[in-house]
Amino acid sequence: MIPLWAAGMDVKRAWRSLYWLFCQFELITCSYLMEPWEKVLFYSFNLAVLGLLFYTAYACLAAQLGSAFQLLGSFLGSPRHNALAVVK
Amino acid sequence: MSASWMSTVFMSASLGLQLQRHIDYACCINHIVHNGGLYKRPFNEAFEETPMLVAVLTYVGYGVLTLFGYLRDFMRQWKIEKCQNATEREEQKDFVPLYQDFENFYNRNLYMRIRDSWNRPICSVPGAKVDMMERVSHDYNWTFTYTGRVIKDIMNMGSYNYLGFAQNAGACQEAAAKVLSQYGAGVCSTRQEMGNLDKHEELEKLVARFLGVESAMAYGMGFATNSMNIPALVGKVWFNYLFAFVFPQCLEKLLKDAIVHGQPRTRRPWKKILILVEGIYSMEGSIVRLPEVIALKKKYKSYLYLDEAHSIGALGPTGRGVVEYFGLNPEDVDVMMGTFTKSFGAAGGYIGGKKELIDYLRTYSHSAAYATSMSPPVVEQIITSMKCIMGEDGTTIGRARVQQLAENTRYFRRRLKEMGFIIYGNEDSPVVPLMLYMPAKIGAFGREMLKRNIGVVVVGFPATPIIESRARFCLSAAHTKEMLDTALKEVNEVGDLLQLKYSRRRLVPLLDRPFDETTYEETED
Repeated sequence: MIPLWAAGMDVKRAWRSLYWLFCQFELITCSYLMEPWEKVLFYSFNLAVLGLLFYTAYACLAAQLGSAFQLLGSFLGSPRHNALAVVK
Repeated sequence: MSASWMSTVFMSASLGLQLQRHIDYACCINHIVHNGGLYKRPFNEAFEETPMLVAVLTYVGYGVLTLFGYLRDFMRQWKIEKCQNATEREEQKDFVPLYQDFENFYNRNLYMRIRDSWNRPICSVPGAKVDMMERVSHDYNWTFTYTGRVIKDIMNMGSYNYLGFAQNAGACQEAAAKVLSQYGAGVCSTRQEMGNLDKHEELEKLVARFLGVESAMAYGMGFATNSMNIPALVGKVWFNYLFAFVFPQCLEKLLKDAIVHGQPRTRRPWKKILILVEGIYSMEGSIVRLPEVIALKKKYKSYLYLDEAHSIGALGPTGRGVVEYFGLNPEDVDVMMGTFTKSFGAAGGYIGGKKELIDYLRTYSHSAAYATSMSPPVVEQIITSMKCIMGEDGTTIGRARVQQLAENTRYFRRRLKEMGFIIYGNEDSPVVPLMLYMPAKIGAFGREMLKRNIGVVVVGFPATPIIESRARFCLSAAHTKEMLDTALKEVNEVGDLLQLKYSRRRLVPLLDRPFDETTYEETED
C-alpha cells in the first residue's frame, strides 16, 4: 500500500508537471506576453474551440459507434435465427 | 585617386532578412575544411537546422501575437483603448501613413511587450560583473519607473569586453587619468583643423605596427569610421548583400555576374569592385572564410575591405585579428578596418592599409574633415591596452588574456553544445548565439536570467530573421572558469524551464559539387 504522504507527493508532483505543461503552452502561444484581459479572451476562445471539438467528437463517435454496434449485433443475431428455423 | 570611382560594393552582411534570395544556409555545415591547403587549421562552423516543429510553433506564436496586434490597433483606432505609441497628428491623417508598415506594427505590438529586456540602465563599469538599476513598469512596458534599488554584481555576458579592458582600475586607467589631467577631455576641433594631437600620431603609428600594415588612421567613432570612409572610397555604388561568409561560391558567382553584366542600367563596366566582409559576424557567431575570399579577390582583381570590429584582439594567437588567425599576409587585405570599442575598452575606429590609401583618407575622409577627433584619455586607453596586448609594457598580461579568452570560448561553446542547445557559428568565435526561436521565450529568457543575476542580450527581429531569435553571449577574458560554470548552471536551468534544448545534433556532410541555382532549391526542405 502506498503511504499517505507518498500519495500526497505524487499528487503534488502531478499538479506541478501539469502547471509546467501549462507554462509551456503559455510560452508557445505567447499568452505569457499578454495582458490579463487578453489572456481571458484567448483562453475562452481556446476553451470554446476545444469544447466544440469534444462535442463534435462525441456526437460523431456516438452516432458511428451506435450504428457499428447495431451492424455487429445484426451479424451475431441472424445466424442463430436461421439455425433455430432449421431445427424447428 | 578620384573619389568618383564607379564601383560595386559587395557587402557580406549578416542581415539575413535583407537577402532576396533565401538560401537555406542552416543546412548544418560542420566539417573540417582543408581546401587545397588554403586553411592551415581546422575550420569548424555549424548552423544547425531549425527543427520543423519549432519553426511551426514559432509561426503559431507570431500568428497569435499578430492577431492580437490587429485587435489592439483596432481598439486604439476606435478610441476604446488609450493610444500610447507615436501616431500622426489629426491634420496629417490624410497624408501618406507613417506608421503602417510591418516594422512599426511589430514595434508597438510585439516589441513593446518584451521591451524590458533591452536598454537596461547600468551604473558601473561594464566589466565581468556590472551593477544595474532596477526598474518596473506598471503599464506593460510603455513607461518605466526606477525603484531606486541597484542590483549589484550581475554577471555580464552582454558587453563586448573580449579582453577585459573595461576596467576602472589598473595601468590603462592610470595612464588615461594622467593624460586627462595633461590634455583635458575635449579636442574641440577636427583632425584637419586644430585637432591633430601628437597622441593621435603616436596611436596611428602603434596601430600600423600592431596590424602589420604601412599606415593607419584613427577616428572618434567605430560606426562613423565605416559610414564616413566608405563613401570617400567608392563613388556610385550598387550594393549586393549575400551570405559570402558561408558560401564563397556565392561571392564568386556575384563577382562573375558583376564583371560580365557591368552596371545595372547602362551596362558599362565597373571600374573597381570592393568586397566588404566582417571578421566575426556577431549575429551568427561565425568567422569569415578569409583565405577563400582573398583567393577570389586576387582571381577577379577586386579589392577587399575587412571590418574587424569584433575580431581584432579576440582572434589569433597574439590577438592581431582574423588575418593572423588564418596565418595570412596583412598586405593581401587592401583596407583593414576595425574598432577600438570591443577588445580595447575604448571608443573609436581605425583604418589601416597602404600609405597611399591612408594619405588619401586623411585628405578626403568625411570624418577627418568634419568629425571631432578622438578624445586624448580615450587615445591613451587604446595605446596602453594595445601595448599590453603586444607585450610591450613588459608584462605577459596581454598574452594571458588572449589565451584566457580562447579557452573560455572553447569551454563555453563545448559545454552549451553538450547540454543540447543549438549554438550557431565557429567554435573559436567569442560571440555565442543560442537559439531561442519563439517570441515569448525571448522575453522569458532575458527575465529569467536577470532573476538569476546574469545579464544577457537577447536579439530578435529585425536584427535577425523573424523566426531565428537568439540570445547572444559575449565571452570575456575577465570571466573566470568559476563564473562561467555558474553561468552554465543557470543557463542549463533556464533551458530546462523554457524547453530550449532543441538540438538534434544532425550533421549534414559537405556538398562537394559546385553551387548553382538548383543546389539552393535542393537544400530547401
